[in-house]
Amino acid sequence: MIRVILPPHLRTLAQVGGEVELTVEGAVTLRSVLDTLEARYPMLRGTIRDHVTQQRRPFLRFFACEQDLSHDSPDTPLPDAVASGAEPLIVLGAIAGGCSPHIPGGQPLQG
Amino acid sequence: MSKVRVLVGTHKGGFVLTSDAKREKWDVSGPHFAGWEIYHLKGSPADPNRLYASQSTGWFGQLIQRSNDGGKTWEPVGNKFVYDGVPGTHQWYDGTPHPWEFKRVWHLEPSLTDPDTVYAGAEDAALFRSTDAGQTWQELSGLRGHGSGPRWQPGAGGMCLHTIILDPSNPDRIFIAISAAGAFRTDDGGVTWQPINRGLRSEQIPEPTAEVGHCVHHIAMHPSRPGVLFMQKHWDVMRSDNAGESWQEVSGSLPSDFGFAIDVHAHEPETIYVVPIKSDSEHYPPDGKLRVYRSRTGGNEWEALTKGLPQSDCYVNVLRDAMAVDSLDSCGVYFGTTGGQVYASADAGDNWAPIVRDLPAVLSVEVQTLA
Repeated sequence: MIRVILPPHLRTLAQVGGEVELTVEGAVTLRSVLDTLEARYPMLRGTIRDHVTQQRRPFLRFFACEQDLSHDSPDTPLPDAVASGAEPLIVLGAIAGGCSPHIPGGQPLQG
Repeated sequence: MSKVRVLVGTHKGGFVLTSDAKREKWDVSGPHFAGWEIYHLKGSPADPNRLYASQSTGWFGQLIQRSNDGGKTWEPVGNKFVYDGVPGTHQWYDGTPHPWEFKRVWHLEPSLTDPDTVYAGAEDAALFRSTDAGQTWQELSGLRGHGSGPRWQPGAGGMCLHTIILDPSNPDRIFIAISAAGAFRTDDGGVTWQPINRGLRSEQIPEPTAEVGHCVHHIAMHPSRPGVLFMQKHWDVMRSDNAGESWQEVSGSLPSDFGFAIDVHAHEPETIYVVPIKSDSEHYPPDGKLRVYRSRTGGNEWEALTKGLPQSDCYVNVLRDAMAVDSLDSCGVYFGTTGGQVYASADAGDNWAPIVRDLPAVLSVEVQTLA
């Protein structure tokens, strides 16, 4: 059983309370976990990874076991503790304050 | 008895405000999608209980929400907006080429006749259409394929397609506007497009009367006269009497001809409303006075409407999609501010009162008049 902790907005969107528990077939990687997550919660498609490129959205990060996995290959096996369910995979929104994070330094509201 | 439903998109959620035809007591529902930017909500003219909402953040991207019960409940629908083919480049702020990248949906325009058909105006500028109630989206790529795309550039808020007007007399005719490219029209249902910017003059571009590059802020049309268009450009209020073939300035006596919002009275096609803003570097009303200006002559001659609006120390903005009218016998006019107020007038602008005072910054206001 893989445990995933989503940021609050995505928990609301997926209508889940705390952690999400997933059964992942085959190797436990970021890609396989996110594929399984999106198959079970289709409304999350596009919110964590780009629909087409499948790249991580730039203001999200992936943490587990006190490590930043955001820049790892999506096909790198996740830590054993994640694969065993001892530790969760954390999907986290970057700390970006209240400004519009679309361009460095923010931008005026709608212009 | 008739009712009015006001759909308000804000920087941190959506709100639904309802009242009876007196428009004195309001019920406030929300925030819906709390914490998300709701650029726009709009109802289907063919089924007023069918609403669409554009929900986005920089963290999680774009979502589209659909309601089938007038905004009581919502469900997320399709959010896959993919440009046709190789997207190419437009101009960046400094004139260098910049790749087209989808960022968000600014405006949703439901079909006049089919609740399941809805258009979406995107940043970076493109027009998408869904014919399955928002489940899937296809780009009408003839617009970006017009050939002038490499000369389009972003305004301060991004390169957005923010205005979509469907011609009630001709289902094949659509008007759109882009900051900062200008206005375009299709006469074949969105296959081919032509720029309609003759008569516009913009000092912010190297050739002030160029075919494209103009920062059009908003366009409004009265449904009974679809060939007459009113435009609030970055600077200048303009009108066209020939479906955009040419434009004339009608700023006339306005204290500033900069602004964002513009709309037309529901029953008087020559009565129009704008909210003058001081300048593009000072996004608040002149003299700290929030004044709606009304012209009963289709422009040039304007009167200030101030009763009930703050006339000192007011430094809010009124954004382009944040003004709307109802169609009750005594036309109601509504607008929202970046200070979180939504003001309403039940007498065509003579008297104003806030419906709500303390919402997050208002991005859009739409009104439904319900039987």
